[in-house]
Amino acid sequence: MLLTWYGELTTRGRLLKRGIMLLLPGILWLLLFLVIPGLVLVAVSLVTRGAYGELEWIFTLENYRRLAGFSSFGWIPDYLMILWRSVVVAFVTTLVSVLLSYPLCFFIAGRRERSRYMWLTLVIIPFWTNMVIRTYAWFLILSPEMPVARLAAVLGIVPQGAPLYPSAFAVYLGMVSMFLPFVTLPLYASVERLDWTLVEAAQDLYASRVRVFTQAILPQTLPGLSVGIILTFIPAMGMFVVPDLLGGAKYMLVGNLIQQQFGTSRDWPFGAAISMGLMVLTLIGLQIYRRRGREIEYV
Amino acid sequence: MSQNLNAKIDQGLSIQNISKQFGDVKALDDVSLNVAQGEFFTLLGPSGCGKTTLLRIIAGLELADAGRIFSGGKEITRLPAIKRQVNTVFQSYALFPHLTIFENVAFGLRSRKFPEDEIRKRVHRRLEMLDLGAMARRHPHQLSGGQKQRVALARALVNEPDVLLLDEPMSALDARLRAQVQEDLRRLQRKLGHTFILVTHDQAEALVCSDRIAVMRQGQVRQCGTPEAVYDNPRDSFVAKFLGAANLIPATRVDGGVDTAFGFLALEKVPPWTTGTVAIRPEWIGIGETQPAVNGIRARVSEIVYRGTSFDLWLEPGPLRVRTSSYRRIDPGRDVWLELAPRELVILEDEAC
Repeated sequence: MLLTWYGELTTRGRLLKRGIMLLLPGILWLLLFLVIPGLVLVAVSLVTRGAYGELEWIFTLENYRRLAGFSSFGWIPDYLMILWRSVVVAFVTTLVSVLLSYPLCFFIAGRRERSRYMWLTLVIIPFWTNMVIRTYAWFLILSPEMPVARLAAVLGIVPQGAPLYPSAFAVYLGMVSMFLPFVTLPLYASVERLDWTLVEAAQDLYASRVRVFTQAILPQTLPGLSVGIILTFIPAMGMFVVPDLLGGAKYMLVGNLIQQQFGTSRDWPFGAAISMGLMVLTLIGLQIYRRRGREIEYV
Repeated sequence: MSQNLNAKIDQGLSIQNISKQFGDVKALDDVSLNVAQGEFFTLLGPSGCGKTTLLRIIAGLELADAGRIFSGGKEITRLPAIKRQVNTVFQSYALFPHLTIFENVAFGLRSRKFPEDEIRKRVHRRLEMLDLGAMARRHPHQLSGGQKQRVALARALVNEPDVLLLDEPMSALDARLRAQVQEDLRRLQRKLGHTFILVTHDQAEALVCSDRIAVMRQGQVRQCGTPEAVYDNPRDSFVAKFLGAANLIPATRVDGGVDTAFGFLALEKVPPWTTGTVAIRPEWIGIGETQPAVNGIRARVSEIVYRGTSFDLWLEPGPLRVRTSSYRRIDPGRDVWLELAPRELVILEDEAC
């Protein structure tokens, strides 16, 4: 049967065939690099580690039991603590990035058109540098000779002559500077298109500053904010370079743990089990976020 | 002016010597106006004449460079928008898309922390009044243009403002609906007795709705008065052409009248200029078979435009436009006598047009 498709005369069958052809590369890509490796990961997480780190194809749930903290010494939830800490770090990183991005976006959107692009470029420039090098740069900034550490010493926060790393503070600093643009850029896209008459309408209707933000600005910037939150929270959960370098050995996050299992510990099954745990946590986080987001949108 | 009206002006809105500049553009140039309490006042003018800027200054959304504003005798010049008893119906309506119609209308009351049952009562009363009762739980995107406009109106009116500002509220409606809304708006204002200030570039809207009209041009008020007064006695050629249609005739003053391209025309008054302009509305020109006693012009119909309720005839010499009732069809090519009666000729202020 003939039909028109955006001005083209064609049939259902031909459209279907073309659709499949167009989808094929994407499907193949996802199969090769997401579905198959994911299934392999599930499989590996369910087998036993051999004495020398090789995989012994014997089914076991031991890896998950270990992740949950059960060992021959009783229940020690160290791994769960690391997972939980990762959630907290990712959450705080996202929150701080959002809190910093709002004023930044409004500042940039308030510039003249030309200088807006200059400011946006300044936001992006750090990304032209390798992530590891950028993180090492914090060593320099946080070293005892630099003004930040001296100021902290004067204020009595750290002892005289001590660097500000490794510490939780340094980890957050590194994380936020790493992820800030991931919130700023999508949020800026929303802020730039903001319909200011809604802000004026809110003011005309006696709204306080808080109310202007929650009722006139937040709902309008929600699309950009959502993208920013997702782009930050998910990778922040699995980040291992920043906590490894700026947090020291004590500040282990799940990313470091996984890296360790696949690396020095040569315990792939356990590493796979932790990865599954991280994935489940991320999905739960996203699900909660989506529910909340929908509530905000439709109140 | 009567005592009563004076009191109403004291309680109303007084705009004194307001000026506002955007870059090199003078948006408002020393504008002064008084709007009486309970009056339906219209700011009429082409785009860029400063009418919206003036409205925004009254709303507190823009700050004047110079001048003062009083409302009910109290100065509000530097009061922020959230502290003014003034509410606005925005041109785009500016309804909050994430809120229901009920919540949109309740917005101002919630901002001012009214008790819940009071909010419920007031909002429902406004919604019923504007025929929106069934829409309370919908969202703005589910409403038609006319409904959205009424929600915007309800949202402003629920706050019982001293002054309601309407920024071209009908520009997004189709012509048929607009005509109806104009009348509805006028009736509503009469019923409530609130002060309404309407901004529009639509002269028909201004005539239908207003108690008084201020015609604006390039940041200045050219003329202010009742619709009839402004229509019947436009001050200059701009007002004459902007409010209704007008034949503008360049003229030179002579004894007892003026000399024009159509010959001598007798006038009732003596013009203040030596060369200038006189105007006559198309429907004020008489048309007939015989020569009138004064100000008769022999002319030939060159074109005829049917307008439903009337015909517009274009005549030579001229061009002159004459409006006749639609049952008087006069075919092109016919020679007729026109009568430009002295009492219908308006002497405009313009030196020359």
